[in-house]
Amino acid sequence: MTARGMTAPALEVSGLRAYYRTSAFGIRREVRAVDDVDLRVEAGEIYGLAGESSCGKTTLIKTIANAIQPPLEVLAGSVVFNFKDHRVDMHRVGRDELRDIRWKRLSYIMQGSMNVLNPVRRVRHAFVDFAFRHIGKSKAEFLDIVGAHLHRLHLAPDVLEAYPHQLSGGMRQRVTIALATVCRPEFIIADEPTTALDVVVQKGVLAMIHSVQRELGSSVIFVTHDMAVHANLTDRLGIMYGGRLVEEGRTADVFRRPRHPYTAHLIASLPRLGDTAPKEGLTGAPPNLADPPSGCRFHPRCPLASDLCRREVPPMTEVAPGHRTACFHSDRVAPP
Amino acid sequence: MGRVFIDLLRFNRQFASGVVLLSAITLFALLSFFSPYPPNDSYVVPPDMPPSWSHLMGTTSRGQDLFWLLTFALRNTLIFGIVVAAISRLLALVIGLVAGYSGGLVDRALMSINDTFIVIPLFPILVLFYFVMKDHMSWGLLALMMACLGWAYDARLIRSVALSLRTREFTETGIFSGMSMRRILVEEHLPYVLPIVFSTTMNNINWSIGLEVTLSVLGFTDINTPTVGVLIYWANQHTALVAGIWWWIFFPVLLVILTFIGLFLLAVSMNEHIDPRSRLGRSEG
Amino acid sequence: MKDYLVYLLSRLGQFALVVFIGINIAFIVTHATPIDPVEQSIAAATQFGSTSPEAIALMRQSLKELYGLEGDLAEQYASFWRRVALGDFGPSLSAFPTPVSVLIGRALPWTVSLLVISTVLTWVLGNLLGGLAGYYRRNRTLRFAGLLAMAFHPIPYYIVAFLLLIVFGYLWPVLPISGGYKMNMARDWSWEFIGSLLSHGILPVCSLALVGLGGWFMGMRSLVSNIVTEDYVTYAELGGVKRGRILGSYVMRNALVPQVTGLAMSLGAIFNGAIITEQVFGYPGVGTLLVSAVHVGDYSLVLGITTVSIVAVSLAVLLIDLLYPLLDPRVKAR
Repeated sequence: MTARGMTAPALEVSGLRAYYRTSAFGIRREVRAVDDVDLRVEAGEIYGLAGESSCGKTTLIKTIANAIQPPLEVLAGSVVFNFKDHRVDMHRVGRDELRDIRWKRLSYIMQGSMNVLNPVRRVRHAFVDFAFRHIGKSKAEFLDIVGAHLHRLHLAPDVLEAYPHQLSGGMRQRVTIALATVCRPEFIIADEPTTALDVVVQKGVLAMIHSVQRELGSSVIFVTHDMAVHANLTDRLGIMYGGRLVEEGRTADVFRRPRHPYTAHLIASLPRLGDTAPKEGLTGAPPNLADPPSGCRFHPRCPLASDLCRREVPPMTEVAPGHRTACFHSDRVAPP
Repeated sequence: MGRVFIDLLRFNRQFASGVVLLSAITLFALLSFFSPYPPNDSYVVPPDMPPSWSHLMGTTSRGQDLFWLLTFALRNTLIFGIVVAAISRLLALVIGLVAGYSGGLVDRALMSINDTFIVIPLFPILVLFYFVMKDHMSWGLLALMMACLGWAYDARLIRSVALSLRTREFTETGIFSGMSMRRILVEEHLPYVLPIVFSTTMNNINWSIGLEVTLSVLGFTDINTPTVGVLIYWANQHTALVAGIWWWIFFPVLLVILTFIGLFLLAVSMNEHIDPRSRLGRSEG
Repeated sequence: MKDYLVYLLSRLGQFALVVFIGINIAFIVTHATPIDPVEQSIAAATQFGSTSPEAIALMRQSLKELYGLEGDLAEQYASFWRRVALGDFGPSLSAFPTPVSVLIGRALPWTVSLLVISTVLTWVLGNLLGGLAGYYRRNRTLRFAGLLAMAFHPIPYYIVAFLLLIVFGYLWPVLPISGGYKMNMARDWSWEFIGSLLSHGILPVCSLALVGLGGWFMGMRSLVSNIVTEDYVTYAELGGVKRGRILGSYVMRNALVPQVTGLAMSLGAIFNGAIITEQVFGYPGVGTLLVSAVHVGDYSLVLGITTVSIVAVSLAVLLIDLLYPLLDPRVKAR
């Protein structure tokens, strides 16, 4: 639709640093959940964000969406959205303007379909609360629009009259997707929308997201630890480890030739038809972000680790067109 | 558990204030052992004297030094409260733990009975009890009665702690790794159960002292043993306020209010400490 | 619909259980003591002067009938329950021959209205302030209000009532401290009468409110500060929902659910507080009646009040239980 590279990217994250800072019983702790992250999401593409639990993906997403509550603090960097007619610096914009873009231009599909809808109100109220002010018509017309939207997404309109606990987990997630797309936003953040769903339901939800994105032309950040989902859905892929972005490129490129030992491991752990070799787990444990390892945060578990890795933080360098990685030994990473 | 106390004392202002208040009150009560006047003697000092250096809190219309009398009164009241709390702890723990750990039908049956005791208004029953006992009413009996009626609220709290412990992952991990049930209970669960027992004990003492004071002021207990409530009862009988002997009312009320607040602070700060979310919330100041 | 019916039945069952156990406790208390109320009353009546043995025997017989203590334990148990079921406890000894039920009937409306007004006031105000305090954690006024409320909360109802009595009765006598309305005033519904009713009710209501506020405040504040971290609240904020709407429809509405349960559980204690407070202010409700009944030695009246209290509180709890599903649509058969 839009020639990539010609227009400004839909989202620009520069030098983002966000830590959790707590102080209890005289002990101060600083959890470095997001450390010097740079990334761009081009207009109309699906950007995947991968990494194991507690690598900082969810914190990154929250920071991008400006859903920041103490003890989380943004210490440096910026998050800029380039919407169709204006530019929004998420952390410097006023509260009213933020409210304006919420849901109309930027919407969010949250992790865990269990609990995102108000348990004591019918689903209809969620649509009214979130979307009515943007659509601007009368209540009756609004409900018609919502009904048509649900219908297009193959959801029965009587779902509006239900209470959240009366819907199944998969149903709730699909309702949430419908809710997140009813205002036709330009940018959608999807945080683990298919975790905690069984594979069959997952397939349906993914298909829904894909078709909605294609219809609206929205840009999407899709966060999940499930590499198979990334392989099927995303255009570009970013890998996070220990609060840092360690690799980024077109999904096909990353899968065919990963350039970071951690990515290589993630991809190698995917089961493949005909592959009978035993899978090896990584030694060690994910880094403690309150006291992370020096230099490259992956070095304690990396088979290619050297002295340099222990001393210095590897910068994100471009190793192939559109493919970046943060590893001193990226050329030695074996292809899968 | 000891470490928890020390941490709370150092960093939690509410807890520290509670400890200070309660220590002061306990110290005051302990002074009773040094009293120059036996508690039940009357007319040992000139009556109706306002506070002065020789009689720090003045004297009553019955010729008793209020200061020393109050030490006895506070001591008896505190002992009463502690006895009731101790007996009702037994009931609350047994019922709460059994219900929480067993689950299922046993839990539901016990909770139905439990809720019954929460709903039933206890004051009329205690008054009825006094009415039929009259002069045969003793403190031990009253304590027993109150303990048998006042365990329900705490049992429910203990039950919910037990319930959540039973289903938590570390319990299952413990069982699967072969820990004996006894070890699990003592090493893993006790640190969670003790704080709630502590805070409910504080609350229970508050409740029982409150009820004792109320019953005594109305004359519905043994009015010959000095307790705070009985003291106020006699003050009312001698129309102390109207006669201008304000100190007879003021000091008992003051000290007992300090006791209530002290116990309350301990219970509340312990409760906040147990809930990890509120603990973190306090860290933001 | 079927869910609600099952729920209704279980709540009715609980109600029946409460009444059953409560009345049994009353029975046990009155019959398990070594003191025979009949002998007690006779002793009190024959204190001053001598009475013939025939007269005493007659007294014993009529007192036994009065108190329902004829026959063996089983018969007494049966007659006990019959009285409760019919609401008839016989005539009052102190106000002979007025039936106990009439006396209670006169006093109960006062207690009920005091209870309803002060409980609603306290619950609503306490929850409102507590909710705001939980949401706007750094607001100074709310923090201060909270401290005040919590200072009064641990103090027993009697002492607070007593303190108010001293302050407004002796130190600054602007409010009436005794009775339900001005003595000898005509009981018609004139503005004067209503005004008098209100002014006499202020102190009892305030006394109850001062003690109760702290509890609701603290509970709501802690509930709200937890709910604020729930997914559906975060999501609403991400959705740009108006703050007022989040506070009302998402936060408070959810926090009120356990607070209603808490209300049902506290009714027994609040009732206790109400009848104690009445006594301090001479408010003509059940509490004052109870205390004077004890002082006069009116067995039937004391027993009747105890029984009525148990049934009344259980009924109120049942009512709240039945209305509960309106608030929380997740209620299934428990």
